[in-house]
Amino acid sequence: MEPVNRALRRIPPWSLYILVAAWVLWMFWQGLQGHLGVDPVKVLEHTYGERALQLLIAGLAVTPLRRFFGLNLMRFRRALGLTAFGLVLCHLLVWLVLDVQIVTQIVADVLKRPYITIGMLGFALMLPLAVTSNNWSIRRLGARWRVLHRLTYGVGLLAGLHYVMLAKGFQLEPLLYFAVILGLVLARVDWKACLIRSDRANARRDSLQNP
Amino acid sequence: MAKRWTNDLTAADVTPEALFWNRRKLLAGMAGAGLGSIAGGAVAEEGLATNTWEEVTSYCNFYEFGTGKEDPSYYAGAMTTSPWSVEIDGLVDNPGSYGFEQILEAMTLEERIYRFRCVEAWSMVIPWQGFELADLLALAGVQDGAKYVAFETLLRPDEMPGVRYPVIDWPYREGLRLDEAMNPLTIMATGIFGKPLPNQNGAPLRLVVPWKYGFKSIKSVVKITLTDQEPPTSWNMANAREYGFYSNVNPNVNHPRWSQASERKIGGGLFAKRQPTLMFNGYEAEVASLYEGMDLAKHF
Repeated sequence: MEPVNRALRRIPPWSLYILVAAWVLWMFWQGLQGHLGVDPVKVLEHTYGERALQLLIAGLAVTPLRRFFGLNLMRFRRALGLTAFGLVLCHLLVWLVLDVQIVTQIVADVLKRPYITIGMLGFALMLPLAVTSNNWSIRRLGARWRVLHRLTYGVGLLAGLHYVMLAKGFQLEPLLYFAVILGLVLARVDWKACLIRSDRANARRDSLQNP
Repeated sequence: MAKRWTNDLTAADVTPEALFWNRRKLLAGMAGAGLGSIAGGAVAEEGLATNTWEEVTSYCNFYEFGTGKEDPSYYAGAMTTSPWSVEIDGLVDNPGSYGFEQILEAMTLEERIYRFRCVEAWSMVIPWQGFELADLLALAGVQDGAKYVAFETLLRPDEMPGVRYPVIDWPYREGLRLDEAMNPLTIMATGIFGKPLPNQNGAPLRLVVPWKYGFKSIKSVVKITLTDQEPPTSWNMANAREYGFYSNVNPNVNHPRWSQASERKIGGGLFAKRQPTLMFNGYEAEVASLYEGMDLAKHF
C-alpha cells in the first residue's frame, strides 16, 4: 500500500474542493442548457444528493481503510466531509428553491413527510460538524472535538435512511448504500472496549446486588 | 362509435403547425397501413399545450424495465408487441382471447388530449389516440353481476430486466369500478402524437384514466377481468397506506410522500413554477358524480 500512499501524498487536499465545486457548476450549467433530460430539477436534486452520500461514505471509510488495509486518506478526510456538506446544501437548495418552491408546502413537507424530516435532521447534525472542521476549532475544543465529530456516524445513518425511505417499492440501490454505511459504522465500534465495559458493568451490578 | 366526450378547441391551437401537418400525414399513413383511422378532429382544451414527443417518451414509469425515468426508453424496445392479444374473462358473455388487430378492426380511434398527473407530483399533457374502454367492454358483453374491472400488464421476464427484482409483486395489476371503466373519459390508448404507442409508453394497448394518478393507467395490457369483487391493485398491495384503490387526483388529500396540492409541469426547465393541482385533475365536471356521498379522504 506504501506506493499508493506515497502517490496520494502528492495530491493536495484542496483539489477535492475545486473538483466538487466545478462538478456542481457543470451539472447546473448542463441543466440550464437543457442537457439533463426533460426533468432537470429532479436530476439535479438526485445527483447532488447521491454524490453527497458517496462523499459521506468515503469520509466514514477513511479510518477503516487505514486500519484494515493500510491505505492512508487521512489528509483528505476534512475535504471529504466539507464537500459532502456542500453537496447536501446544494441538494437542499434545489429542493427548496427549484422543486417545492412554496414556503408553506416546504414547512408541511418537513413536518409531515418522514423521509424529509429524517433528511433535515441529518442536515442539522452536519451544521456543527461543518462549522468546527478547521484547525482552530480542533485546538479550541480539544478532546470534545472528537466526541462532537462522532455525529458523522449519525449523519451517515440518517442519510442512508433518507434514501431508503424515499424509494418507491422495494429497490436494491438504496438498501446497498444503507448496508455499506451500517458496515462502516459497525467497523468503528470498539467491540473489545464494549465487552470490557459491559463486563465491568456486570461485575459492578453483581457486587451491588450481592455485597 | 362513442364521441361521448368532446371539447371545442383543436390541437391546431396548441401544436406547432409543422408538427400538426406532419401528424396528419402520419395518421393517413397509419390508416393506410390498416391500423385503424382517427375519427373526426382532434380534441383539446383551451390553454392545454401538449408536451413534446421527447418528453412523453423519455420520462416514464414502467418498472418492468427499471425504476429510472429513462430506463423504459432504453430497455422497453426488447418487448415483443406483435402478435398481441388481450384475454378478456370473468363476468362477460364472450370471454376469450382478443387479438390486437381484431380489437382495432372493431373500434374507431379518436384523439384525446388529456392532462396526465403522476402521484409523484409531476404532470404532462399528452395527445392520445384510442377508443373508449366502454366500447371494448361492450364487445365482450358485460354481465349483470359485474362491479369491477381488473387489468394486468404483460409479464415476460426474458424481455423485462426490471422484473428480476421484487420492486412490486409482479405482474402489475390495476382495477376500476365498473362505472369508472364505463365513463366516456376512460380510454384504451393505442397511440400518441398520431403514432403507435412506443413500447415505453405501454404498447400496444394501455388504459388511460385522466382523473386518476398515472399509475392507475396500466400499460401493455394482456388481461381484463370483470368481477364482482374489488380487485387487488399493485401499489395498493405494496403500500396500502400510501396508495388507495381509487387514487383519484385530489389536491386536498395528502400523500405521505408528496404533497398533492401542487405539481411540476414537465418541460418547463430548471425554473418552471409549480402549478396548483386541480380536483380530479381538472375533470371534476365529468366525474365528480361518480363519487357522490363518498368520503374521498377515506376512499383515497
